[in-house]
Amino acid sequence: MDVVVFLIAGAIVLGGGLGVVLSRNPVRAALSLVASFFGVAVLFVIQEAHFLAFVQVVVYGGAIVVLFLFVIMLLGVDTTEDLRLEPLAGQRFAGVIIGAMVLALTLGGLFLSGPGGEDGAVALTGQSAATAPIVEDEPDVNQLSRDLFTRNVLAFEATALLLTIATVGAVVLVRNRGAEDLVVDEPGTAAS
Amino acid sequence: MELTETWYLVLSALLFAIGLTGLLVRRNPLVMFMCVELMLNAVNVSFVAFSGALDDLAGQTAVFFVLVVAAAEVVVGLAIVVAVLRRSPSMTADDLASLRG
Repeated sequence: MDVVVFLIAGAIVLGGGLGVVLSRNPVRAALSLVASFFGVAVLFVIQEAHFLAFVQVVVYGGAIVVLFLFVIMLLGVDTTEDLRLEPLAGQRFAGVIIGAMVLALTLGGLFLSGPGGEDGAVALTGQSAATAPIVEDEPDVNQLSRDLFTRNVLAFEATALLLTIATVGAVVLVRNRGAEDLVVDEPGTAAS
Repeated sequence: MELTETWYLVLSALLFAIGLTGLLVRRNPLVMFMCVELMLNAVNVSFVAFSGALDDLAGQTAVFFVLVVAAAEVVVGLAIVVAVLRRSPSMTADDLASLRG
């Protein structure tokens, strides 16, 4: 049963990913991205990471893709790109080659490496690697929040700061330049 | 057939390679951003797979932080894209060399 769900979700994930790369229209690429994100959310569900699946749908499928579509519509750049055009000679060939090499590297590391997982950690260090062991029969929201607010509370606060800085930075970056003269009122700069 | 973490890791590697290839091949800055999101998602899949395989919640916590940082990154990145593209809507990533100081 799990295998069937995995294969369907995996096909959606990879199909969405290929759709992002191959579609000529940015709007279609964004919609393929939604499909891929939903497939990843399904993969999270069958691995019992329910909270992450929920957040994946809300943040990625909702907020981030809506932000992409909003920018596409705002700028009116939803014109189709001619994929046959290749201004930089050899870029496409080199890109595909590098992608295939990275794929070969990761798969090689996966299948040719020594004992991995729990067995590998025990073999190397003599003890389990788990720093926050998963408790069975407890909702994963409870466990995740406990881990977040005890071991990682400093990182959690740092992300709050990061989000604030990102918001302020975005406002500063896209601020209308014409309004600058109204705010900055120093002698000598107004004449220019 | 049993579903082991290897399946997830293979899928993750494939998705990462697709995203990387797209990032290198595509020229529209918005689509390049989407490819970066694909790569982040591929790593998230492998994080959760390792979390399940090692019975360790730290993997899921890492995914949570990746989500937050990805959101912040998209906000700032799209702001830069808007600031640049508002001037010339048909700009590709090559023209961003004008950002050089």
